[in-house]
Amino acid sequence: MVQIFKCRILENSRVGQNYFRMIFAAPQIARESRAGQFVHLRCTTSIDPLLRRPFSIHRMDRDKVEILYRVIGRGTAEIAKRKAGEIVDVMGPLGQGFEIPKGGEHSRAILIAGGIGVAPMVMLAEEIKKVRESKCLQCSDVTSEITESFGQRVRVLIGAKTKKELLCEKEFKKSGCEVKVATQDGSKGFKGLVTELLEQSLTTHNAPPARLADCQSLTRGSTRRTTIYACGPKEMLMKVAKITQKYNIPAQVSLEENMACGIGACYGCSVKTKNGYKLVCKDGPVFNADEIVWKDEYQPGS
Amino acid sequence: MNTNLEVNIAGIKMKNPVMCASGTFNFGEEYGKFFDLKKLGALVTKTITLKSREGNLPPRIYETPSGMLNSIGLQNPGVEMFLKEKMPFLRKIGIPVIVSVAGETLDEWTALVRELKGVRGISAIELNISCPNMKMRSGRARSTMFSQDADATFEVVRKVRKTTNFPLIVKLSPNVTDITVIAKAAQKGGADAISLINTVLGMAVNLEKRAPVLDAITGGLSGPAIKPIALRMVWEVSNAVKIPLIGMGGIMTARDALEFMLAGASAVAVGTANFINPRVIPQIIEEIKKYLVKNKISNINSLKIGTAPIL
Repeated sequence: MVQIFKCRILENSRVGQNYFRMIFAAPQIARESRAGQFVHLRCTTSIDPLLRRPFSIHRMDRDKVEILYRVIGRGTAEIAKRKAGEIVDVMGPLGQGFEIPKGGEHSRAILIAGGIGVAPMVMLAEEIKKVRESKCLQCSDVTSEITESFGQRVRVLIGAKTKKELLCEKEFKKSGCEVKVATQDGSKGFKGLVTELLEQSLTTHNAPPARLADCQSLTRGSTRRTTIYACGPKEMLMKVAKITQKYNIPAQVSLEENMACGIGACYGCSVKTKNGYKLVCKDGPVFNADEIVWKDEYQPGS
Repeated sequence: MNTNLEVNIAGIKMKNPVMCASGTFNFGEEYGKFFDLKKLGALVTKTITLKSREGNLPPRIYETPSGMLNSIGLQNPGVEMFLKEKMPFLRKIGIPVIVSVAGETLDEWTALVRELKGVRGISAIELNISCPNMKMRSGRARSTMFSQDADATFEVVRKVRKTTNFPLIVKLSPNVTDITVIAKAAQKGGADAISLINTVLGMAVNLEKRAPVLDAITGGLSGPAIKPIALRMVWEVSNAVKIPLIGMGGIMTARDALEFMLAGASAVAVGTANFINPRVIPQIIEEIKKYLVKNKISNINSLKIGTAPIL
């Protein structure tokens, strides 16, 4: 359950030009969080900057919680100044995280991260790995072996402006993921947008996993063969939604919006969905991509 | 020493003078996870309208120096759903519940208030005639709030006064040339109390996009940035009307709350501070108690400007 904690900062260090990693002690949050959930931090103890700042949980380690963030304004600049040993005011865990579908032991996963959107994906990759290392209840195979042998490793597509701004490649590889990189200037990997890389990857790799079809959990109607998970800039997520709709692949996207309370009380972080407005803080931040009404789909005057 | 924190505003008996401000507390459920809601002096609901409202397009909020702008647009489930789904929870808390309401026309106001008739657990109605995101659709000026026009304020309060027996609190906007004129109109119309201030109209511009930040372009400014404006207006109104005032606008601490009471408020409401610290209200109540004990004030109602000991 969500609570407010005074947490000791264990580390707050620069990991790139504008990127920082903060680790703080928060046993309860570490115990209860799931990938895609977030924590809400006060920047300072003063009234300016006034509001908390939401951060995806990047990783957890028993009693520690880690966030990865980019300094984009006054609030994050203040947070970047905080030193190890200091106390930070943390509310969490908040929101609805990613759902690994039932039968996820066998199904394929593609993770797409744009820019600082890698932050929650590292924890998600670790979570999926854990699920895969558990035995499938239906066919009692140790699925990680099967998935390895059939080239079903978790695929991660990371997009960044330049090689310099590329984050977390190592962490994903450590979790056994197959990593592909897209940079806009072509300084590393595919030259272009990560969504272009996604489209390429889908056209060449969308054949059904042959032998696994024997498993009952896969042949049941509700089980689908691939799930796509994405976090990044809104334009990227919108493209992911369009591409996955075209290929009829379920996709979960983690959204961001200016946020005040973080608990569903102020109605500030609303997002337009096919079922009316929903709140990023309470109903999200992770939504099914086909549920969102993207900005270019807004009706004039609506 | 015994300290008495009880206040009585327009017949609403509160065990302390601190309530939440409408629109910052939803219907209480979210905050009930952080503290026992029984500790509140009173709970003021998010504003209810006759029909449900979807609210404005995002972005709806933006942080400003020591404050925030919002253009939520009174997103709410409408009175019918409110009574069915929110009222049972509110009733169970066992504290005065003040239902905030808003309408665009006089008929809408009266129809809405009629829906609340005889509902158990409601202690008072707050007329939100000052939401920057909702304009009146009656009277001469189509594009202003009721609370920006003394005659419209008088009309709506009088009409609602005739429709209900609940105590009426009228919430005023600071976006006027002389707030005392509007306050007097509310009093004349039959208001039992006045709450002030609602948010201050503001705007933010995004230089990179060369566009307004909020989709609604303008929004309501709240938070510590508006406290001096709020204090000034509470002071002005307290010298202009006889009915009690509920002061609000940027209260973050017990000190802020006590300042409002010195300026003439009989009770206070905490708004934006709830977003930063969901437990701020019980903390403020505790701190007020400590202040009274430390300063040997046995009754909060005796706290007035000019009552400090001469040094």
